Amino acid sequence: MAKITFITTENERITLESTSGSVMQLAVDNDVKGIDGNCGGVCSCATCHVHVAEDFMPKVGPAGEIEMDMLEFEDGFDDFSRLCCQIEISEELDGLVLKVAQ
Amino acid sequence: MNKSEFPDPFEQARLEKGIAEMNDQDDPVKMVLRLRDLRKTAHNYKNFTSAAVPGRIVVPSEVNIRKTRQIPFELDPPVHTDYRAAVEPWFKRPLEEPYQAKLKLIIEELLDQMISLDRVEVVNEFALPLQSRALTLLLNVPYEEANLWISWGTHVFRSEGEALDGAKANILYDYIDAQIDNAIANPGDDLYSVLLAKEINGQKLTREEVKGVLVLTFAGGRDTVINAITNSIAYFAEHPASMARLQEEPEIIKPAIEELIRYFAPLTHMGRVVKAGTEICEHAIKADSRVSLCWASANRDASVFENPHEVVLDRKINPHVSFGFSHHNCLGATHARQIMRILLELLPQKLKAIQIHNAQENIESLGEFKRKVGFDRLEVSFTGHD
Repeated sequence: MAKITFITTENERITLESTSGSVMQLAVDNDVKGIDGNCGGVCSCATCHVHVAEDFMPKVGPAGEIEMDMLEFEDGFDDFSRLCCQIEISEELDGLVLKVAQ
Repeated sequence: MNKSEFPDPFEQARLEKGIAEMNDQDDPVKMVLRLRDLRKTAHNYKNFTSAAVPGRIVVPSEVNIRKTRQIPFELDPPVHTDYRAAVEPWFKRPLEEPYQAKLKLIIEELLDQMISLDRVEVVNEFALPLQSRALTLLLNVPYEEANLWISWGTHVFRSEGEALDGAKANILYDYIDAQIDNAIANPGDDLYSVLLAKEINGQKLTREEVKGVLVLTFAGGRDTVINAITNSIAYFAEHPASMARLQEEPEIIKPAIEELIRYFAPLTHMGRVVKAGTEICEHAIKADSRVSLCWASANRDASVFENPHEVVLDRKINPHVSFGFSHHNCLGATHARQIMRILLELLPQKLKAIQIHNAQENIESLGEFKRKVGFDRLEVSFTGHD
């Protein structure tokens, strides 16, 4: 079980729990504002852009090449940007904090 | 060749040059063929504008048949940003459950009717009615309104010969004008009335702006949706195991929608007008010339997609651009994706098999290229479960 906290652009904190699946799906299933996941998680829409808390970056890992190609055109893109459809939930991510980009 | 095969005519030009040129009514277009170049160009609205003379960014150009600016499509940021934000919530309504339930009824009723017939011509008897009836939900107008739209045929700007047809376009514009008049006299909860009441930065939308949103909604979602539906039917007719798999593994429906849309690329390309002379992929691009973002080519770019010419229904990473890219990504995509989702759920539930009897391909001419984008006619039999 991993507890994952989303901080929206309106500074609302939403903490959710799950064991598997993508972080995007968890957010969409719980109506986290700013995570739309329009493409269902295949890395084609960039509507699930988040900033990963710095201390979790080693566990989450950097964006892959194709994901990076999408992210570099997004507003607010930085070293901690990820598309959360590409982050798989695991025990290791327990305590993860993500800032929703838009 | 299989009927559901959609060849990529751009491959050689994409690999060798990255750019191709086509003429269009004496206003030539340089087509951007590689995904990475296309994304950069689409994102750079400051030099590749959408806010040109109305109709000029469309290929074939509509400058001779349209004066109304399509909104928010033919605007650039920051003006575009405000207009897009104003209309976006309305176009997200397809995510709501009551909307989806009504859409399911529309598709279910049509499929049942098709099963009862010996033969069906998919473009005119299935895809066009489906698209038109679904559009009544997007506009929030009575279901019966679809009958008139169906009578207009598959393309609102083109007659049978595929050439741009000003008289036909006027039918649409006159219709929208009359609907706006109705909404002014009797405001309701339809898209016309909602737009007429909308304010952006304290200013009400003008009548011409309301018309611009409606023209975009009617034109942008017509042959694109019809192609996506018809081509999907052709695909599942020739791949029955894939149709059955949708029912056995419903988790692949979402990636399957994206993959079919990638492979078919229902809209081949969309233009921009160049503000200052520049280079794309080491080719000189002149000021005030046109470029097009060739979604269909970029979707087959082997430097990004593995086995780009194959339909891989559960493709995990699929950064296709069939819904465009960046600020101008398709406003109707939420609606289109819901149509596809419900169709892909219902097809294996309702049908045992689809058999193709006759097919007449719709081939676009784009300079040196000929691209199959869909069908003019697709005659099939739908066989239901016993």
